[in-house]
Amino acid sequence: MGKTLYEKVFDRHTVRQLPSGQYQLFMGLHLIHEVTSPQAFSMLEERGLSVMFPRHTFATVDHIIPTTTQLRPYKDGLAEQMMGALERNTSRHGIRFFSPDKAEQGIVHVIGPERGMTQPGMTICCGDSHTSTHGAFGALAFGIGTSQVRDVLATQTLAMDKLKVRRIEVNGKLKPGVYAKDVTLYIIQKLGVQGGVGFAYEYAGDVFDRMTMEERMTVCNMAIEGGARCGYVQPDDTTFAYLKGREYAPTGAAWERAVADWRSLRSDADAEYDDVVRFDAADIEPVVTWGITPGQSTSVGGTVPRAEEFSADERATVLEAYRYMQLEPGQPIAGTKVDVAFIGSCTNGRLSDIAEVARLLQGKNLKVSPGVRALVVPGSHEVKKAAIAAGYDKVLTDAGFEFREPGCSMCLAMNPDQLVGAQLSASSSNRNFKGRQGSSTGRTLLMSPAMVAAAAIKGEVADAREVFGV
Amino acid sequence: MTIDSRRIVLKGRAVPVRGNDIDTDRIIPARFLKTVTFDGLGEHAFEDDRAGLRQQGLVHGFDEPKFAEATVLFVNKNFGCGSSREHAPQAIARWGKGIQVIVGESFAEIFYGNCQQLGIPCPVVDAAGAEMLMSLCEKQPDLEFEVDLSLLEIRAGGTTARIKLPDGPRKSFLEGTWDSTGILLSAADLIQKKDAELAYLRRYAD
Repeated sequence: MGKTLYEKVFDRHTVRQLPSGQYQLFMGLHLIHEVTSPQAFSMLEERGLSVMFPRHTFATVDHIIPTTTQLRPYKDGLAEQMMGALERNTSRHGIRFFSPDKAEQGIVHVIGPERGMTQPGMTICCGDSHTSTHGAFGALAFGIGTSQVRDVLATQTLAMDKLKVRRIEVNGKLKPGVYAKDVTLYIIQKLGVQGGVGFAYEYAGDVFDRMTMEERMTVCNMAIEGGARCGYVQPDDTTFAYLKGREYAPTGAAWERAVADWRSLRSDADAEYDDVVRFDAADIEPVVTWGITPGQSTSVGGTVPRAEEFSADERATVLEAYRYMQLEPGQPIAGTKVDVAFIGSCTNGRLSDIAEVARLLQGKNLKVSPGVRALVVPGSHEVKKAAIAAGYDKVLTDAGFEFREPGCSMCLAMNPDQLVGAQLSASSSNRNFKGRQGSSTGRTLLMSPAMVAAAAIKGEVADAREVFGV
Repeated sequence: MTIDSRRIVLKGRAVPVRGNDIDTDRIIPARFLKTVTFDGLGEHAFEDDRAGLRQQGLVHGFDEPKFAEATVLFVNKNFGCGSSREHAPQAIARWGKGIQVIVGESFAEIFYGNCQQLGIPCPVVDAAGAEMLMSLCEKQPDLEFEVDLSLLEIRAGGTTARIKLPDGPRKSFLEGTWDSTGILLSAADLIQKKDAELAYLRRYAD
């Protein structure tokens, strides 16, 4: 019987089985940022431990960094303190820091891939749940807590359980104007936010085969929102073409050896899965969330579902979502007024996301609706530079969008970009939890960057295919 | 003096926090993550949920004086979903007298693992058991619950509910070996060997 990629990579990194029955797993790449690492370094120091392999850990600053200006000191003293701690810890332990000073900084899940650090067959961890993003390359990548960051710093290993593997196939062809974000939101809508607990997701089939690496990253990024700690796509020529020539990618003869190795890690044709689910690409429409979990969503032409459509078990959350979101069951989601439009985050803050929005706006003389605050926040300095070089920033700002400095921005409430009061945000980020975007009554509708742009233009949720004439 | 890190029978009063899919942004809103320590997080546990309920004229369990002594937390399904922030269990562990064990219908994986790292067992109970336990502590907030990881049951006021905990975590709690760093580090030679074995760590140089 064959093996899945998950099993092959897991086995390759197993140091030993622990007395508890868990496995001690070697971590090939460890990414850290300012929020979940300072306590880990303090714990190391308290225990008199050092960093075992500083060359396998890389740092950046993303959650707390302001996006209007990156000049120091930050106005927020706490943010400044966190940045200072990261600078001290990385310099003391000899860890490479992709810093704003050198214009190398970006969201941790954007810079890993763009530097070629993220590669097929690796184990990757970071104190951030959206580490699942890196699975797009056929790596096992998962979020960890701060005590585990400490363990990885001290031992380059983690105590892990083996997950089950669910193969999710999406076959056929996506309709025009349907994006990777819609695919990943659709899967969560169908399988539920708890559906993936205990599983690694293997995304397979025509749709993922045809996707670019950045689209695959969008899909894997949200595996965790479906409860799956990691999700991956098999490495293929698209993966190798993306990696070739990047800073940390192998070169010359080593490149050929690497590609041969990466190919060998693909799931075998006779691999057995714990579960297989299949979807038809033609059934997927642009998706918009209406509730307070990423699974509470509908298609742009749909309505806020009625409580009777849910199991008794889900109903309490559904009723709470109506109340919190100030939406009525049966109400069409299109036409919902928005106050803020946010394009960015580790889900949709890459060059192709910004390029697509610029392409849709280009030459149409469309303007952001008066009263809507519209932000485009590149995922990294590299993304920002490339967007400017291509003239996308000009297209966006001409249309009334703000084009900012790189960071996590309005995905979460740790920097100055926040909702106020019960503002409603059309957001290309990954979580619509209560209070997520910085106001304890703020409301978030998740959607693709194209749909966010359409909402910005119309001042309400609208079908991007109609707004931009797709 | 050595601290006994074994977790065999955890005794204490309990507090219920009802609802499925309670995410880590609700457990500890992100603005409280702007810190380089975990100190002081306890008072902010569920802060926005607590305020939200107050506005509706309701009271969150963490605000009820009758639950102020609780060291056991009862929850429903998929508790702790969302971000990997260890600040969530750290806040719960630092609230009031300090929550020492969380019993629920199910837990999100990263949250569950973070709790294990902190020595907070998260045994699961079926839906009927969860309802029984929650109702019981609501009716009798001064009742002492005994969460027995050895016998895999919870005892209180003459009733018993079965709990489940995977063998690995259970063993580590019973033996007091849940703090993983030392155990992982004891394989330093094997770790070095694995590092040498993985070709990609040297960019496939031959």
